[in-house]
Amino acid sequence: MRQLIEFKNIVKEFNGTLVLKGINLVIHENEFVTLLGPSGCGKTTLLRILGGFLSQTEGEVIFDGIEISNVPPYKREINTVFQRYALFPHMNVFDNIAFGLNIKKQDKNTIKQKVTRMLKLVGLEGYEDRPVTLMSGGQQQRVAIARALVNEPMVLLLDEPLGALDLKLRKEMQHELKKIQQEVGITFIYVTHDQEEALTMSDTIVVMNNGEIQQIGTPTDIYNEPENRFVADFIGESNLMEGNMVADYRVRFDDHEFECIDSGFSDMAPVDIVLRPEDIDIVPVEMGKLRGIVQSSLFKGVHFEIVVETPYREFIIHTTDNAAIGQEVGLHFFPEDIHIMYRIGY
Amino acid sequence: MVGSKRRTWIRVLLIAGVLLFFYAPIASLMVFSFNDSRSLTSWAGFSTQWYTALFNNREMMSAIYVTLVVALLSTFVSTVVGTLTAIGISKSRKIIRELIINVNNFPILNPEIVTAIGLMLLFSSLSIEKGMLTMLVAHIIFSTPYVILTVLPKLRGLDPDITEAAMDLGATPAQALWKVIIPLIMPGVISGALLAFTMSFDDFVISYFVSGNGVKNISILVYTMSKRINPTINALSTILVVIITVVLLIVNLLPMLKKKELRGAE
Amino acid sequence: MRVFANLVRPYLVWMSLFIVVPMILIVLYAFTTHGNSVMAFQFTLDNFGKFFDPVFIKVLLKSIQVALVTTFVCILIGYPIAYVIANVDERWQTLLMLLVTIPMWINMLVRTYAWISILSDAGLINTFLKSINVGPIKMMYTDFAVILGMVYNFLPFMILSIYTSLAKMDKAVIDASFDLGANTRQTFMKITFPLSLPGVISGVTLVFLPAVSTFIIPKFLGGGQYMLIGNLIENQFITVGEWNFGSAISLIMAMIIMLSMYMTRKMDKDIVQEAQGGNKW
Repeated sequence: MRQLIEFKNIVKEFNGTLVLKGINLVIHENEFVTLLGPSGCGKTTLLRILGGFLSQTEGEVIFDGIEISNVPPYKREINTVFQRYALFPHMNVFDNIAFGLNIKKQDKNTIKQKVTRMLKLVGLEGYEDRPVTLMSGGQQQRVAIARALVNEPMVLLLDEPLGALDLKLRKEMQHELKKIQQEVGITFIYVTHDQEEALTMSDTIVVMNNGEIQQIGTPTDIYNEPENRFVADFIGESNLMEGNMVADYRVRFDDHEFECIDSGFSDMAPVDIVLRPEDIDIVPVEMGKLRGIVQSSLFKGVHFEIVVETPYREFIIHTTDNAAIGQEVGLHFFPEDIHIMYRIGY
Repeated sequence: MVGSKRRTWIRVLLIAGVLLFFYAPIASLMVFSFNDSRSLTSWAGFSTQWYTALFNNREMMSAIYVTLVVALLSTFVSTVVGTLTAIGISKSRKIIRELIINVNNFPILNPEIVTAIGLMLLFSSLSIEKGMLTMLVAHIIFSTPYVILTVLPKLRGLDPDITEAAMDLGATPAQALWKVIIPLIMPGVISGALLAFTMSFDDFVISYFVSGNGVKNISILVYTMSKRINPTINALSTILVVIITVVLLIVNLLPMLKKKELRGAE
Repeated sequence: MRVFANLVRPYLVWMSLFIVVPMILIVLYAFTTHGNSVMAFQFTLDNFGKFFDPVFIKVLLKSIQVALVTTFVCILIGYPIAYVIANVDERWQTLLMLLVTIPMWINMLVRTYAWISILSDAGLINTFLKSINVGPIKMMYTDFAVILGMVYNFLPFMILSIYTSLAKMDKAVIDASFDLGANTRQTFMKITFPLSLPGVISGVTLVFLPAVSTFIIPKFLGGGQYMLIGNLIENQFITVGEWNFGSAISLIMAMIIMLSMYMTRKMDKDIVQEAQGGNKW
């Protein structure tokens, strides 16, 4: 895929606080990229710099081979779906969607055709004359998407667009957005703090924290091979431990040594270790690699969430078999379930 | 990306121009209250003689007295009546609520002069002699609707279950009122009271029509005296401006300072 | 809690006596003949007939004209000011709006009186003009002085009202407009200005109503001969003692004001409706 956008060492300072600490990121054509991180991590700031609503303190933004830092937002081939949609309250659905085309002085027929096509794409045929203020959140969302896409931008920016919707609608829109992206075939840059949303929709996830990129990768990479403790903790539920690499394929934590599949660390290198709750099984004591007492068990619908206390810590375990509280059990996991990461301060 | 240097200059000029327009007349009025001569245009040196004259002028001192007494009493009464009525309105049936709010809007929407002559006709029909009492009653009448209007939104923002909760926990209605409702709407009550005070303090039109028998507040006095140029009026005006400005600054800056303190504490 | 509903009872009585009865009295006086006692009234329409004298009609038209010019000037100055303030840094906004609103609270007589020593023939402006060998220019007791006084007194209301509508506007909407390709001017014309119209309209009400009824400003800056409808009413009650005629004029003025408020409100609704797509469904 062709490279479309490149952020080169982007630094942003607000009143003496560094919000972005040197971001380097390449985004390709036709890619669905998600900027994922907790609030305040700088993801929206990065998006607004690309949209042209903020200017960076340092660094370059290269778009389609050209440095665009001094290009005003209205001259960028980028459109945005805003967090709370920012629909024009004094215009109906049609005029909202037609706004960008009207500005470009396209002729009436073309505008009508394009708007109608967009309404069809987002499933709002027949809503042309509806005042936007009288629409539901989900419908407003669709209008906002249509209003941006009708301008045929090379990139669509989406700033937590589903945040204001209820859970069921959010799930629906996730699929729909992915479908729309595949249909129109342009780059989507999506900002969210919801890891599930990121995992569902993205081709590439960029995990951010404290103004820095923590990891860039596909959803499976990010979930299965978190590069550091932050990513592991932020994506999904985890049991996180500190330990040391004894040798290649041998890791030690909680006073036990375990076989693992990682190598290439220096001897006794301090590492962080992740065990996903769903990768741990509860087995009879004598078959377990670790042992502990069941503290609690909650039925979660598909699985039980069981907390087992060992002499060192509490493990969270997701399993379909229940275990009685107070019972001593063994914990079992396979070498490939142990994810090992260099330890960094965070 | 917006705002070239030229545009910034235009903005600064606009703002400076309008502020000059607002404040220059008041400033010149205040400056010439310290003039050593009678002139309001040429400076003859600093003096406080007009302030001395002001404080030695019986009529002026009595006007200040009338203004303050009427303002304080009418503020107190209209705040109490307005707050209790607002609480009553918020718990009333829709018909009564709308009736009161609509009638209440009359003196607010009507030109002051109409309210003023209405009251003047009322007092004369009841054969009440015009004086300080009529002025006080009139001030209470025109302030109360504003207090109600200021307090009502606070009551709307209140959780409707909160009074029930208080009574469920054993409070009598009076206790619920005093210990739960009033403290929660206090900011509204205070701004209502300040509004009532400044309106009464500054009022001219209504006082002018309903008072008589030599009872004058500051505004009436300024009105009757200002036909001739008179630096004592400047002195009096200066005092009024200073008082109102200080009150406004306190009201506006206190919340800001508090916010800062809270932020500092975090 | 129905117990608390009883709290409105005293005010119901109070309100009837002090708000409703005075209104009835004005109507009563307007439709009756002479005699300042309520007991001796006789129905008549003479008081209204008297008003249709060209002299009085002229006063009425003049009042409306002065108020309209004042309102127009206030929009012309107030809009750019409000716009600039709404677009500066937020900390500055609070301070600037405080500075704009402080004059609203200062006694109107004092504010108007301050202009006398500036505008009069031997006032500050003419003294200055004389020093550069220009003038003197006659300013006091002219329409200019009266309108200036009104603009001075009522401009803060216009700025406040427009500022409020601009400040509460969702800034993301402006961003969205830029994002969709509109430049600064297009964004203002197509988004910002239409969305701020309700503020302009409420500003118009806040300026026009007091401007049409004030009698202090014309008295101070227009002089004893300058007659607007407020002065006419004052004269009937204070100088002439024609309470019945005065009541009739007040009633006419109140009607005009009600009418203009009804119209602005309707205009406001139309604009909002148009804003929402024009058609009801």
